[in-house]
Amino acid sequence: MARAQEIANQAERKDIRNRWILSAPALLIILFAATGPLLIVLVYSFLTPGPYGDVKWQFSWDAWTSVLLERDIFDDTLSLADAHLSILWRSVRLALGTTVLTALFGFPTAYFIATRPAGSRDIWLFLITIPFWTNLLIRTFAVLEIIRNEGIVNSLLIKLGVIQQPIQMLFTDFAIMIGMVYVYLPLMVLPLYASMEKIDFRLVEAGYDLYATRFKVLRRIIFPLVKPGVIAGSILVFIPSLGAYVTPSVLGGGKNMMLGNLIELQFGQGRNWPLGGALSITLMLIVMVALLAYVRNAGTAEVRHG
Amino acid sequence: MILAVPSGARQGEVTGPEMLHGAPQQQNAADPIIRLPTPVAYADNQVGTKLPSVQRASLWGVGVSASTGRNAIDVREVRKVFGAGEGQVTALDTVSVSIRENEFFTLLGPSGCGKTTLLRLIAGFEFPTDGQILLYGEDIALLPPFKRPVNTVFQSYALFPHMTVAENIGFGLEMLGKSRAEIDSRTADMLKLVQMEQLAKRRTSEISGGQQQRVALARALAPQPKVLLLDEPLSALDYKLRKEMQIELKQLQHETGITFIFVTHDQEEALTMSDRIAVMSAGKILQIGSPHEIYEHPAERFVAGFIGETNFLQAEVATLSDGRATVTLPSGRQIKAGVPDRFEPRGTVSLAVRPELAQLAPADDKATLTGVVNHLVYLGTDTHFHVRLDSGETFIVRRQNSSGGVSDIAIGDRVGIMVGESAAQIMKD
Amino acid sequence: MARYFSVQHQPGFTAMAVICFVALYAPILILVVYAFNGGESIASWQGFSLRWFEKAWNNEQVIGASWRSVKIASAAAVLATIAATMAALATTRTKPYRGLTLKYAFINQPLMVPEIVTAVALLIFFSRIKVATGYSGLGYLIIAHTAFCIPFAYLPIRARLESMNLTLEQAAADLYATPWMTFRRITLPLLWPGILAGLMLAFVISLDDVVITNFVKSGGQDTLPTYMLGQLRRAITPEMNAISTVFLLLSVGIVTLFFFVSRKRD
Repeated sequence: MARAQEIANQAERKDIRNRWILSAPALLIILFAATGPLLIVLVYSFLTPGPYGDVKWQFSWDAWTSVLLERDIFDDTLSLADAHLSILWRSVRLALGTTVLTALFGFPTAYFIATRPAGSRDIWLFLITIPFWTNLLIRTFAVLEIIRNEGIVNSLLIKLGVIQQPIQMLFTDFAIMIGMVYVYLPLMVLPLYASMEKIDFRLVEAGYDLYATRFKVLRRIIFPLVKPGVIAGSILVFIPSLGAYVTPSVLGGGKNMMLGNLIELQFGQGRNWPLGGALSITLMLIVMVALLAYVRNAGTAEVRHG
Repeated sequence: MILAVPSGARQGEVTGPEMLHGAPQQQNAADPIIRLPTPVAYADNQVGTKLPSVQRASLWGVGVSASTGRNAIDVREVRKVFGAGEGQVTALDTVSVSIRENEFFTLLGPSGCGKTTLLRLIAGFEFPTDGQILLYGEDIALLPPFKRPVNTVFQSYALFPHMTVAENIGFGLEMLGKSRAEIDSRTADMLKLVQMEQLAKRRTSEISGGQQQRVALARALAPQPKVLLLDEPLSALDYKLRKEMQIELKQLQHETGITFIFVTHDQEEALTMSDRIAVMSAGKILQIGSPHEIYEHPAERFVAGFIGETNFLQAEVATLSDGRATVTLPSGRQIKAGVPDRFEPRGTVSLAVRPELAQLAPADDKATLTGVVNHLVYLGTDTHFHVRLDSGETFIVRRQNSSGGVSDIAIGDRVGIMVGESAAQIMKD
Repeated sequence: MARYFSVQHQPGFTAMAVICFVALYAPILILVVYAFNGGESIASWQGFSLRWFEKAWNNEQVIGASWRSVKIASAAAVLATIAATMAALATTRTKPYRGLTLKYAFINQPLMVPEIVTAVALLIFFSRIKVATGYSGLGYLIIAHTAFCIPFAYLPIRARLESMNLTLEQAAADLYATPWMTFRRITLPLLWPGILAGLMLAFVISLDDVVITNFVKSGGQDTLPTYMLGQLRRAITPEMNAISTVFLLLSVGIVTLFFFVSRKRD
């Protein structure tokens, strides 16, 4: 009976409709307070800055050109905006540096947790999760306290007689890097752990059986197996560090700005909302490129649900 | 949303209780729901040795008379197709079967043959693509499962982990809106039935596999369904427990008179328990019959091969008369063979011969087949002789061991095989 | 010395891991210790004292900001969890249908966009609304928090839902439960640990947020993190240590609870 098929189709359509209704609240809220506003940013990036902040409804390319170029006020020529470029460069550099360092430190840590016996493994996981849920600000503050001129490290070194004057660590790129590595390390360890937990050590045994050394086993067997985790962790660290705002603000002072601080500036003293918008979109674009790279890699590595 | 369950036809919302206990004559033509037979007093029966002395009959307020002669389930020309386009899978290819009241009916077949799909269609978890499914004459194919007076014992038991044993058993009755008193009393009865009274308050995760199976059974029986569906319920149990449960289930069905539809891939289990068996393969029903019929007179090669062990021989049909044929073997000898219903064999056919129906004999002119023994398998109760026939094939003969007997026949001996008048059966392919 | 060859052992990894753990906890522990410092600065330890805690307790701004944080976090967590539960039910345990991947990407979108970008976007968007309606209460903060808490609540709920076998719900239907009864009596109770976990996660995430809150808030609407950020940029006293310690205790407490809830399900 075709009628049975008809009823089946109808039921399926109703099911799908129900699912849309169910997901509506979440989608609407996110549309209103997360995704939707992004479009407004795009629109604003094409407007002119108003005298006291906000915008004048006048189309202009200025914001976008100002991202990379600046207009000489005397002879109106365009040249590369050094300030912006150096900030962009610092952001990328520090984000990459953070990613690499967290990967270097995180890899053995995740491996350690994954190779603990089942009972204590949960405890170690718990221990690595706690810093993760500690407020970003508190963690940054903790680093601040340590590397200040009157902080622990300097005081200790002076007491031990290693140095006479405190080393200026705060308000440098170095400080920002340390801060970000400290803050984002758990974000790297968790996906790495998820991958490592799944390692079938019989494969490693096979490697040893076939005359591989420890290092070779690490490089040729373990690492490829956990590559999806490495990639996931890298993305999870790279994206926030690129757009970092709190850490460079607290640890870098006003001088070592990253992209996030530059953006904030436009909405504060800079009074150039369109430029702030353009910079934000630029940041988004860089992030999307990175995500695409991840998706392509992850697609070939392992299939995850969703 | 959570279940892909069809909401089905909406006319005449009849709730559960009426469906189970037989609504008073509802002549409303718009009402598609079942008009069930009125309850009939259940005759006493002998109670099995393992069962409590309480008369089981009294547990079943509604007995089903053995004499209404109606079919409990009619499956008519049902097709089930999953997916569409290239990846389409035809799980059931136009199957029809009628299952009688009071029957222990088994769907037997290898994995993927469609038996579970058919069961799920009867239960209501899937819609048929085509065809009808009738319960006591009423088409239920479009009803959602919670409107069918049919209950299922799942292969994985599907016990609710956050409820106790008693709560699980009482769940169906709760959903039907029964009073607390009735739920409690019926639950107590069920617990007694499956001998789980001690464990009533336990969580279902704390009991053993065999106990879980009993709870699943009690839960499905509590609402007194017309038909009980069992989806390979014994497959997770160990051998001894399985054997015990097989006997118990059989007795249970007999006592309660509920129609059991049992799905399994274990042919021994099917033969042990069933009144009738439907052998399935690749979405089709190949043969329906009693265990005796299926075993003795398999109609198709697949059925013969799937149930028990069989030898296959090639032969030419010589003559046909009265449902029996005379066939010529390659060796030139002629024997009689049985013929499946409504089948006219011609030319070259396959014969099936059960190993225990052939006998070893001296290798002379009187033997139907001759060959050399090349393998012996001693099995305690009997011995299998693997004989390499002169025509090249291997033929297995099974012989019961007599007491104290070392086999008189050894590997390498030349032997003859007698295939009697009723031993050979022609296959339908 | 006989040491069995361990297949898992890699040289130096354990040492590095231990160093990392120590390095992760040391700064926080030092921070906490100095909250009890009687002296003014971190450089010198002048005896155990609770004066900074007292000072923080009496600081109106701190109390006000903390209270505001808790209010916002509670509201946002509840809203986000409800929305996320519904979304999880809609997107899990189903064969793929049109729009499913899009939905999934949408729900997780807040995780994929840098916070500063969202913060900026909301600043612009809400400022327009403020001008149009004149409303400038906590509503903006609450809805902003709800939005980025949804993916965090969604993840554990979805994980829990995926691990639940559909067969149980089929069994319920087989036993005459209507779809609504099935949801109420079977799906929801079994899903509950996941929902609780999602709720707690959302609460902590909302409590911790600094960037988006900083941009979206109107004057005088400090939450605890934004208050601390303001202080950090100006004068730093051990009062900060005291506040941080209390905050830490709260977060750790909730995370510990979360761990227990997620573990006891089997």
